[in-house]
Amino acid sequence: MSLTIKEAKKLYRDMLLIRRFEEKAAELYTEEKIRGFLHLYIGEEAVATGIMATLKPEDGVVATYREHGHALVKGIEPQKVMAELYGKIDGCSRGRGGSMHLFDKEKNFYGGYAIVGGGLPLAVGIALADKRLGRERVTVCFFGDGAVAEGEFHESLNLAALWNLPVLFVCENNLYGMGTRLELAESEPDIAKKAESYRIESHRVDGMDVLKVHEAARKALSHVRSGKGPVFLECQTYRFRAHSMFDAELYRSKEEVEEWKKKDPLLVFRKRSEELEIWEKIGADAIEKEVEKIIADAVDFAEKSGWEPVDELTKYVYSEEVPS
Amino acid sequence: MKKEITYREAVRIAIDTAMEKDERVFLAGEDVGRYGGSYAVSMGLLEKYGSERIVDTPLCESGFTGMGIGAAMNGMRPIVEIMTCNFSLLALDQIVNNAAHLLHMSGGQFNVPLVIRMATGAGKQLAAQHSHSFEGWYAHIPGIKVLTPATVQDAHDMVGLALDDPDPVLIFENALLYNRKGPFDSAAKPLPIGKAKVMREGNNLSIFAYGINLFKALDAAEELAKEGIEAEVVDLRSLRPLDDETIVASVAKTHRVLIVDEGWRSGSISAEIMARINEKAFYELDAPMARVCTEEVPIPYPRHLEEAAIPSAEKVAAAVRTLMKEA
Repeated sequence: MSLTIKEAKKLYRDMLLIRRFEEKAAELYTEEKIRGFLHLYIGEEAVATGIMATLKPEDGVVATYREHGHALVKGIEPQKVMAELYGKIDGCSRGRGGSMHLFDKEKNFYGGYAIVGGGLPLAVGIALADKRLGRERVTVCFFGDGAVAEGEFHESLNLAALWNLPVLFVCENNLYGMGTRLELAESEPDIAKKAESYRIESHRVDGMDVLKVHEAARKALSHVRSGKGPVFLECQTYRFRAHSMFDAELYRSKEEVEEWKKKDPLLVFRKRSEELEIWEKIGADAIEKEVEKIIADAVDFAEKSGWEPVDELTKYVYSEEVPS
Repeated sequence: MKKEITYREAVRIAIDTAMEKDERVFLAGEDVGRYGGSYAVSMGLLEKYGSERIVDTPLCESGFTGMGIGAAMNGMRPIVEIMTCNFSLLALDQIVNNAAHLLHMSGGQFNVPLVIRMATGAGKQLAAQHSHSFEGWYAHIPGIKVLTPATVQDAHDMVGLALDDPDPVLIFENALLYNRKGPFDSAAKPLPIGKAKVMREGNNLSIFAYGINLFKALDAAEELAKEGIEAEVVDLRSLRPLDDETIVASVAKTHRVLIVDEGWRSGSISAEIMARINEKAFYELDAPMARVCTEEVPIPYPRHLEEAAIPSAEKVAAAVRTLMKEA
């Protein structure tokens, strides 16, 4: 494992940013500053962080409704993400999308999609356009284990493999589709094996270890970039929080959650970097302070941002400029 | 250049012209390539443009429609062909939850310049899973545009208009129209999306129709003229947006309304048109509005039952006669 201090710092910082951002979001939710559905990514930070660290700014990302982490580490300003959660006009989707629909065209963030499996065909089309237009770009498509039961999962894997498209499929297998355990939803719960059946190179990765995810993503991306077609990564992970803020978590035991918390990606990272003798050089305290300030600024920005005027309600249903 | 061609040829010429003009345009769908298109619309285009631009897809409506949306978001100008609108229900999630909503949900960042063409309508004894008319349903949805070309000229022009449009446009081609011949002028300036067209002037009543039912309405109007009833026949052309202005102007002229719609009556586009006339031109009416719709049954297989289920020139004429007897 070769990892520079700079890289290690960034991985830790990005994971911590997601963690603190979402802890704050949960708090704001209970204060009713944030409404609607709020799906927290806490526990899964290593996946988005490890994958995104290997991307170039021009690479595209398609995500799900649990996408705050993806949006933040793809480079959308935390202020704009927070304002979006508030539904304010300075949010990354002008406040119209909310938590489940973060978009940023400049950052090539093609959005969070709240219909399970619905983003996969889009990733196929985005990648197809890149291939046809001769762009050296990769599209990363994130989805959960729940999406595996949807027809669009199978349709999209088939198309991507058939047409040899530059897509990296990342399944965030957190064991539960909302409250239903994977084994109760899939006759074959081995997800990577399903992907393999489409003749897609597939790997299973420890999704709690950012270094392992990073390494797997690096290899996967080099395969995809070399024109050899899509790669599928099944990242085995766990969400420490409920499915959404409305979930009483009747479907799993506290013991199980506690067991997984021992594999908290922040702890795992610390342990691994101690083994690599780089932990001291990361400057965790300074990072904590930096992140704390970012979050405070984001909340401040969201608080101060305005509401979109009601007379703009029907804006953006259709494009304003239609050639005559 | 003016000539007579078929509706099928008109659509093909439009796709061909668009593909020649713009490298970003491609056609994708089931059997559009090697088979030549299930209604032979794309016959010969694979040989001209190759399999990267005339893309045969597997049977996965949601997958390839969503692919079209992603490609449109990322700089291409895809035309997705769905074999019949009945199959489009498999792609409903992509069309409604994604294509129609992306511009709004993204705060204006991502528009979806996608064209989806599909065959619609009954009349070929294909029974209840290949014979329906869902254009009225789609017209319910903000964010998409719904076109229903009836004439050969529109079959051609609407493809180009849809491709030039920055938003998702659905084109419903009635399957019985493909063989129909009509005048075509390659140099004509297209009538824009959202404009209805008066196809026959008349003073006694207005018949609003679209797609193949335009011709049933025109046939009925010819018959009625022999009885001294002069019907104005309006081709709606576009179901979303609807051309309220032309509709209201016609009602203000004739004071009687008949709508012909191949959708089911309940919750149909004809119901919407009636509601709008009620809102905007109620005091122009001399009689209650009437409509000829498809019977509220899944379309049956036997010819006599199928014919009994859908609108016909005879049904239109009969409805007009009843309407004219109203005070």
